[in-house]
Amino acid sequence: MRTAVSNPSATLARKSSFGGDVLTMAGRALRSIPRDPESVIPGILFPAFFFAVNIGAFQDLFKGNPEFDFKAFQVPVAIVFAVTGISRAMTLVLDIQGGYFDRLGMTPVARLALLLGLMVADFAMVMALTVPVLILGFAVGVRFETGLLGVVVFVLLAGLWGLVFAGFPYSIALKTGSPAAVNMSFLIFMPFVFLAPTFIPREAMTSWLAAIATYNPVTYLLAALRSLILVGWDWTALVQGLGAVLAVGVLSFSLALWTLRGRVTRR
Amino acid sequence: MAEANEEELAIEATALVRAYGEVRAVDTIDLRVPPGEVYGFLGPNGAGKSTVVRMLTTLLLPTQGRAMVAGYDVVRDPTAVRLRIGAALQEAALDPKQTGRELLALQARLYGLRGREVKERVRDLAALVDIGDAMDHFIGTYSGGMKRRLDLAAALVHNPVVLFLDEPTTGLDPISRTKVWEEVRRINRDLGTTIFLTTQYLEEADQLAGRVGIINQGKIVAEGTPESLKHSVGSDVIVAKVVGEAALAAAECQKLRGVAGAEIHGDEVTLSVAQGSAVIGPVAIALNACGVEVRELTLRTPTLDDVFLHYTGARLEAEATEEQSE
Repeated sequence: MRTAVSNPSATLARKSSFGGDVLTMAGRALRSIPRDPESVIPGILFPAFFFAVNIGAFQDLFKGNPEFDFKAFQVPVAIVFAVTGISRAMTLVLDIQGGYFDRLGMTPVARLALLLGLMVADFAMVMALTVPVLILGFAVGVRFETGLLGVVVFVLLAGLWGLVFAGFPYSIALKTGSPAAVNMSFLIFMPFVFLAPTFIPREAMTSWLAAIATYNPVTYLLAALRSLILVGWDWTALVQGLGAVLAVGVLSFSLALWTLRGRVTRR
Repeated sequence: MAEANEEELAIEATALVRAYGEVRAVDTIDLRVPPGEVYGFLGPNGAGKSTVVRMLTTLLLPTQGRAMVAGYDVVRDPTAVRLRIGAALQEAALDPKQTGRELLALQARLYGLRGREVKERVRDLAALVDIGDAMDHFIGTYSGGMKRRLDLAAALVHNPVVLFLDEPTTGLDPISRTKVWEEVRRINRDLGTTIFLTTQYLEEADQLAGRVGIINQGKIVAEGTPESLKHSVGSDVIVAKVVGEAALAAAECQKLRGVAGAEIHGDEVTLSVAQGSAVIGPVAIALNACGVEVRELTLRTPTLDDVFLHYTGARLEAEATEEQSE
């Protein structure tokens, strides 16, 4: 090993700004995405698979109603499948297990930046994952009643949902430090998606399932997304959808911040 | 944030305790490490070395007591401490999916370096890591030695005032170990960096440390320069491996003039003596007279392992060997 240090007089360290810390951590997380194809591929394959299967299984049920476009009805479901549960939580767990999280903890980085940096990358990733679903939808003839601006709102709302849902796997990662537990976080996705008008309209559901769906935020998210494709600018649906997403966000982010605090409080 | 006093010790711990329930992993230790010193913290696995490092590097809160690093309190001013320390922990803690260059650049940015400063710093540290094109390969492809050197470089990215090295050569081959030793010496000599080095290798402490603290079961049992510690167990050591009653052999030898002390460790009797060459003959006669069979009789100068045996009743070398074979 050769001489390394050019300034022997004093430490070069200074506290970086909070924004600088977030950008630094986000840069690392973004670089890691293409190096982790296993974390991206499900977000491309699952929605395409369920889109094809759902249309194949249920489309004929609505033969008697030519006004009802079942393909357009299913595009929001595909997008929810694409963006839900996509996160860098596994990276976080591996950092904890491998000791890299401790290395970061010994630096003056703002603790919140350790989480927000990952979430910035998550947001970029879920936005990117909406693209193949939209291409698939357009390819089978789905068109937006709200035009191009509606497509943008559609993508942003889906991306926001993906981001707020990521709070759950992060909470589990920070609390347990276990890859197996993070993998299990996919189970949280099940009641959200399957206890909602995912495959058929709410009016066609049995009464007990429709009652449960009333309290499921995904019901309102799907309604908002569908309104952009099928109805036009339905502000009530959009506000309800955004409110539902934000309500889940308050819960998931509170959990994530609480578990982050637990992880870094040096107990 | 309190102002640090330049005259203060690089590391100062007073009655430091870390307890997990009823168990005290670190039990009321005091440390005073002046600026520019290489302090060796020697002890077997589970002695509490890493727990002390984790408290001093702000990763763990002490249960009781107080610790100051680079003039700042680790509990009250953790950020001020973090700006002044670098650390390479027991396992090289690196992200396998970053390249060496990316990892160093990221580390530099976390310490507030920007733009050209980052590039220059990474270039300088690449010379330290000395792995050529591998700097642009994923860390997951590196050998253990390369990872250790990168870990050390990452700890130095901001020119820390105090450098913590937690068992920096554990698991390395002899060549890589020597390279790390050379670099530790150079960092201390050229930069004046205070180095707090934990190790379970006696030779490492002997080679690198200006002073050594021996920790066992959470307590510091002896402290001093390697030479003074060795002298504390006598100027020479006679080791007799016997078959038969080692306790009787030790008792007989202790009666001899020039024998300062006797310790028994299994079938081994270790005698601390003032002048070994003058005493070894009478020792051989005494052992023969008390009826034990002598398998080996060795006269040598004391090692840190003798010091460890003297203060803890166990040999560190044997424990380290057992752990490695496991």
